[in-house]
Amino acid sequence: MDNTVIKIQDAVVSYREDVALQGVSLEVRKGEFIGIIGPNGAGKTTLLTVINGLGKLVHGKAWVLGSRLNGRNSINLRKRIGYVAQVENIDPRLPINVRETVMVGCYGRLGLFRRPTRAQRQTVDKVLEMVGMAHLSQRPIGHLSGGEYQRAAIARALVQQPEIFLLDEPTASIDKKAQREILSLIQLIHKEYHTTTLFVTHDLRMLPSICKRLILMKDGKIWQQGSPESMLREEVLSQLYGAPMSVPTEIAPLRT
Amino acid sequence: MTGAGMDFSILYYHFMQNAILAGLLGGITCSVVGVFVVTMHLSFIGVCIAHAAFAGALLGLWLGFNPLIGALLFSLASAAIIGPVADRGELNPDTSIGIIFSLMLGLAFLFMGLMPGAKTEALNLFWGSILTVTQQDIIFLAAITGAIVGLVVVFYKEIQAVICHREVALAVGIPATVVFYGLLFSTGVTITASLQSIGGLLIYCLILNPAAAAYQLTYSLKRMLLIAVAFGVISCWAGLAASYLLDIPSGAAIVITSAIIFGLATAFSPKRKVKGWQRVPLAG
Repeated sequence: MDNTVIKIQDAVVSYREDVALQGVSLEVRKGEFIGIIGPNGAGKTTLLTVINGLGKLVHGKAWVLGSRLNGRNSINLRKRIGYVAQVENIDPRLPINVRETVMVGCYGRLGLFRRPTRAQRQTVDKVLEMVGMAHLSQRPIGHLSGGEYQRAAIARALVQQPEIFLLDEPTASIDKKAQREILSLIQLIHKEYHTTTLFVTHDLRMLPSICKRLILMKDGKIWQQGSPESMLREEVLSQLYGAPMSVPTEIAPLRT
Repeated sequence: MTGAGMDFSILYYHFMQNAILAGLLGGITCSVVGVFVVTMHLSFIGVCIAHAAFAGALLGLWLGFNPLIGALLFSLASAAIIGPVADRGELNPDTSIGIIFSLMLGLAFLFMGLMPGAKTEALNLFWGSILTVTQQDIIFLAAITGAIVGLVVVFYKEIQAVICHREVALAVGIPATVVFYGLLFSTGVTITASLQSIGGLLIYCLILNPAAAAYQLTYSLKRMLLIAVAFGVISCWAGLAASYLLDIPSGAAIVITSAIIFGLATAFSPKRKVKGWQRVPLAG
């Protein structure tokens, strides 16, 4: 039985005159943890938006979780896909607390006209505990630090009980300690749930060691892909980024 | 002053009872949609829709059809134009909304200029006349208030997700775009329903001020809705009383009262200490 959960064929996406993806093809099997790296503007985020149906294909086809994306079914597929973006600037006065924002994760699957059940509320509490945010559950979302905000975002995605987990630079704009904690959390979650995960970063030091396949993107194309061992070499990285690069030593400690 | 202040016989008059009811219903519905636009930081969009409704009502007066129909059509059309303009970012939203806003104001003055004869009715739409609202206006306003409050109760969780973080709502599979346009259209409908009593120039203050005041006072959306509604109704009733006692225009009195409430809420806001607050982050 074929266990492909994502299949993209020759995808082209453009934002007005800018072509963000140029003929990208990709297959992802169930339970894989894939790292996607590349310079800014390489099309990494756009690739994720194609998978959750927010990016509109100008050309090409995409199948996600067994369904061909056609614009009408993407809202239902999104309910099964957890998405964590990088820390955004939010209004510190926003009238929503951590628990409420995490609860939003189950609203998609819950559907209109229905209120969260007791079991769903318990799941939210359990997930808050797991990401180490239980003590901050009543805090306004705008009062969190960058690291805490990302934990809340990851908790919200987990509450969705996602079949695919998309992480778009989840460690950008947060301090080093928080970055390490978020990476450990992501690895812990993958070990626990084996959710198919795509992890985007432009910072090579932020690559989880659990990653078994690495996709290198450049100019809207998949430039190369392979095991991290074969890809994380100075000559490959220097070509990818167009500048002399060294292999980050900081990936190693994460392997423990 | 004491004599007039203590004389409650005015409350037995039918027109005053209607005005009190209009204040209650207008206060509730304007404040509820106000919470949406304030939380989404779309205050200027609301101002623009209010002026579109005003222009539409004047078109109705000029061409001789029901001004409320004109107001409804113009406010819904402006919401339908502004929404995508603000979203797509082809122009800076401030610029494009500013252009639509000034166009609506221009149209309003054009229709008014083209109107033959006395312009009393048109001026009433400017300032509003809560003391002359009819039974029919009240029924219309009550139906809209019931519908808006009902929608908020039924779709509370979706509305909260969309007004607080629309991108997230979209990503978890909530029909965020439909909810967003629903909120913009609700603003248009509310403005239309309150146009006669509060007036085209003043309506927006009643949407913005109570909600903005409530925004200063709480981090809970439910509480914010309740506080905004209380402020809206208090503004209407206090404005009405001031209008009666001091013989000043009712719409102006309502708006000034709501502005004073906003000033007090800001002065005593527990959120003031987070002013200019920034998250710690930034990679070291």
